[in-house]
Amino acid sequence: MSKYNLNVNGKIQSVDVEPDTPLLWALRDTLNLVGTKYGCGIGACGACTVHIDGQPARACQMPVSSVGKHKITTIEGLDARAMHPLQQAWQELDVPQCGYCQSGQIMSACALLKQTPRPTDAQIDDAMAGNLCRCATYVRIRAGIHRAAEIASAGSAAGNTGKGKK
Amino acid sequence: MTSTPVSRTPVSNARRNFLRQSSAGGASLLLGLHSGGVIAAAASTTAADNSEFAPNAFIRIGQDGRVTLISKQPEIGQGIKTSLPMVIAEELDVDWKDVRVVQGDLNPVYGSQGAGGSTSTPTNYDNFHRLGATARAILVQAASQTWNIPAAECTTAQGSVEHKGSGRKLGYGALVKVAATLPVPDAKGVQLKDPSAYRLLGTRIGGVDNGLVVSGKPLFGIDVKLPDMLYATYVKCPTLGGRPVSANLDAIKAMPGVKDAFIVEGTANLNGLRPGVAIVANSTWNALRARKKLDVKWDEGEGANHSWAGFTAQAQALSKQPGAATMRKDGDVNAALAGAAHTVEAAYSYPFISHASMEPQNCTAWFKPDGSLELWAPTQNPGSGQALAASTFDIPKEKITLHITRSGGGFGRRLSSDFIVDAAAISQKVKAPVKLTWTREDDLQQDHFRAGGFHFLRGGVDDAGKLVAWHNHFVTFANRIERKETDGTSNSVLQPGSGGNLSGDEFPGRWAANCLLEQTPIECRIPMGPWRAPGSNVFAWVFHSFIDELAHAAGRDPVEFRLELLGDKDIVPGTGERGQPYSVARMRNVLKTVAEKADWGKRKFARGQGAGVAFHFSHRGYVAEVAEVTVSKDGKLTVDRVVVVTDIGAQIVNLSGAENQVEGSVIDGLSTLMGPALDIDKGRIVQSNFHEYPLLRMPDTPARIESHFLKTDYPVTGLGEPVFPPLAPAVCNAIFAATGKRVRELPLSKTDLSWS
Repeated sequence: MSKYNLNVNGKIQSVDVEPDTPLLWALRDTLNLVGTKYGCGIGACGACTVHIDGQPARACQMPVSSVGKHKITTIEGLDARAMHPLQQAWQELDVPQCGYCQSGQIMSACALLKQTPRPTDAQIDDAMAGNLCRCATYVRIRAGIHRAAEIASAGSAAGNTGKGKK
Repeated sequence: MTSTPVSRTPVSNARRNFLRQSSAGGASLLLGLHSGGVIAAAASTTAADNSEFAPNAFIRIGQDGRVTLISKQPEIGQGIKTSLPMVIAEELDVDWKDVRVVQGDLNPVYGSQGAGGSTSTPTNYDNFHRLGATARAILVQAASQTWNIPAAECTTAQGSVEHKGSGRKLGYGALVKVAATLPVPDAKGVQLKDPSAYRLLGTRIGGVDNGLVVSGKPLFGIDVKLPDMLYATYVKCPTLGGRPVSANLDAIKAMPGVKDAFIVEGTANLNGLRPGVAIVANSTWNALRARKKLDVKWDEGEGANHSWAGFTAQAQALSKQPGAATMRKDGDVNAALAGAAHTVEAAYSYPFISHASMEPQNCTAWFKPDGSLELWAPTQNPGSGQALAASTFDIPKEKITLHITRSGGGFGRRLSSDFIVDAAAISQKVKAPVKLTWTREDDLQQDHFRAGGFHFLRGGVDDAGKLVAWHNHFVTFANRIERKETDGTSNSVLQPGSGGNLSGDEFPGRWAANCLLEQTPIECRIPMGPWRAPGSNVFAWVFHSFIDELAHAAGRDPVEFRLELLGDKDIVPGTGERGQPYSVARMRNVLKTVAEKADWGKRKFARGQGAGVAFHFSHRGYVAEVAEVTVSKDGKLTVDRVVVVTDIGAQIVNLSGAENQVEGSVIDGLSTLMGPALDIDKGRIVQSNFHEYPLLRMPDTPARIESHFLKTDYPVTGLGEPVFPPLAPAVCNAIFAATGKRVRELPLSKTDLSWS
């Protein structure tokens, strides 16, 4: 067992685990951040998607010993009030069925929107192809990303005119 | 761009939703009684100080007007935790934003709690109306007493009782104290709303757990954590039906974090506690990393001979012989074939497949020192899980508590309870609470699989273009089980896997005048279980593909041919043991409607493009679908459009959930058609994880899925399954129209669709 200080959702948190422990299991079992889901353990389903320094990554493929000082963001840290445009859009459009894959979907979608604020269907398909949804809510995930883009752009437009919060 | 309509749930932050999720444990003191088929609980179950009004086991109203509704059915993604409480809320006449829904534990007070066969809605719909209406009637009575006016002069709306004459109005919260003292009327006699007055049913309501889902809060079975809980992995013999003889347990126990490692003897029941090796550690990963060093000597048993290639050859040989069982025999099929103007002979086959729910099987179990057992399980079938645990460990059901967690997908997998007894057996040995998590590999390779199958078909059409002969020899798979007879003896019998038993009434049985349906089982040691729309999920593909072959052989339009085949009767009664009445009128209606909505026969398609049609009756639902496809010259399939017409009765409960089920079923149907297959070699499943078991991803999602619901006068029923079966044949029939290539083997990736 070894101690690692992880920067998770803006806080330094200490875990005492075997060095080869995937970040996924350190998050889930040690830090009780269970929003990051186990789906396959081989990086093939996207259920464990987190952000490392803002880039999407599969937590099941990343040994804790390799994380270092990089900043980890999980679904729990996406927005303090859980009101990120994607989280709003997902509820507005009732995207989930079982919901198990959705935190991974949202984390991948968030990375897409950072890069491409108003993505086309083709850009969405491309960015989201690594995230499996067994209930096959793809129609709504696609619509949810478009809607989140609208919410985000309305929010930033409001910010520009001084009417938005902050 | 965002064509998905907005559902009417306010976007709420996770905090409020987290409160919604609070355990049903607190409700247990307030539970009412379940009697007959109708809930008729006594008001005496209300809290002693009348601080809450709880007229039955499912409803609690506080003095603040907040309404708590219990969801008794397991939520697996089908939306039942939202839709059934909507039914109560409608009749209770409360504002949905004042409602919170709490998942009920397994409890006899709720009646049956299994979520399978799309039955949750039809078996509870009427009762749930009466539950809500009964509570509303008592609240009206409370207001009428308070105001000293006749109850008939009172109306309700959005959680209040009003008296129009005097303009008085009281919220339900203000009526709680009086209502809690009143007798509960007979639910059978209570007045229900006229459907024209519905405010909630038929609208779009977002899932009650959405706030928790999008914020990553603990919700699923795999998220359970108890104080001092240990983590386990459980290794079963890769050769299906085998058992461990010995293992390097001492070496495993010496690995970091490992608390124990041991062999579980298990039972002979392939769907029960299968033998294996358990590793228990202080974290999931420490159990999994120790597993990599595990070395087991297996007794592989008879299963070691199994291979898919061998089964295929065996099925071919069996098809030359008469079937072991005759499921239907009408007329003289051989004579009819001899006299037919057009005949077609074809063999169809499909592989074993896994359920692959996104949340792998898991369960948290705690065998306590007093011999009681507490379980937290993502299960579709809690009652059956409790029963299996009771029989496996020889303890009374009353000593088993089962908490139903949300399930990350079901698809029938969680109707089986093997993972529950696995966890319980491990907890029993280590005398501590244990969370067992199956790896994806375990989940894919140790499933209760959808059985593979082989259909050998012959059909004939007369010179008027009418179907006159239908012969199907179905070669299926079966396990040998010891069946306990009523006289106490037991008998060794071959039991076909779930969905691997052909009903003599399966369409077009009952319609074709000369019809022979035969079935021969191949004995195997492969565990099998129900998979979304069992039987139907493949039978519809086989039969509607072959019907299409016959229509084309006779030069008939596929829709016209089917309409003529259905005929002009209203109802065809069920025959035989598993027969069900079939409403021909309802099927004609969905078929005609789908043809109309899809502009069937009016569209011109270029070479490489085409449309196909299919319909199927299953799980009380009547569904017809048209698919439009493009097949590129090099054989790549794109599904451009799917039109779905569904008749599931008089009312869509939650339109948002219903549309989501239709879209999900269409895409799941396409996914299952296109990619996944399990190969079997030396009794082992060859594929191990998603990289070898392709499920459809977003880029292959059809561009357009159109769902139409016909509102009919029939009882309301469920939507988790019936849309799935017609998709595969509709797509394959469209592929034929586009390319002239007939798909007779699943998955689609086995067939070269290229054309020139």
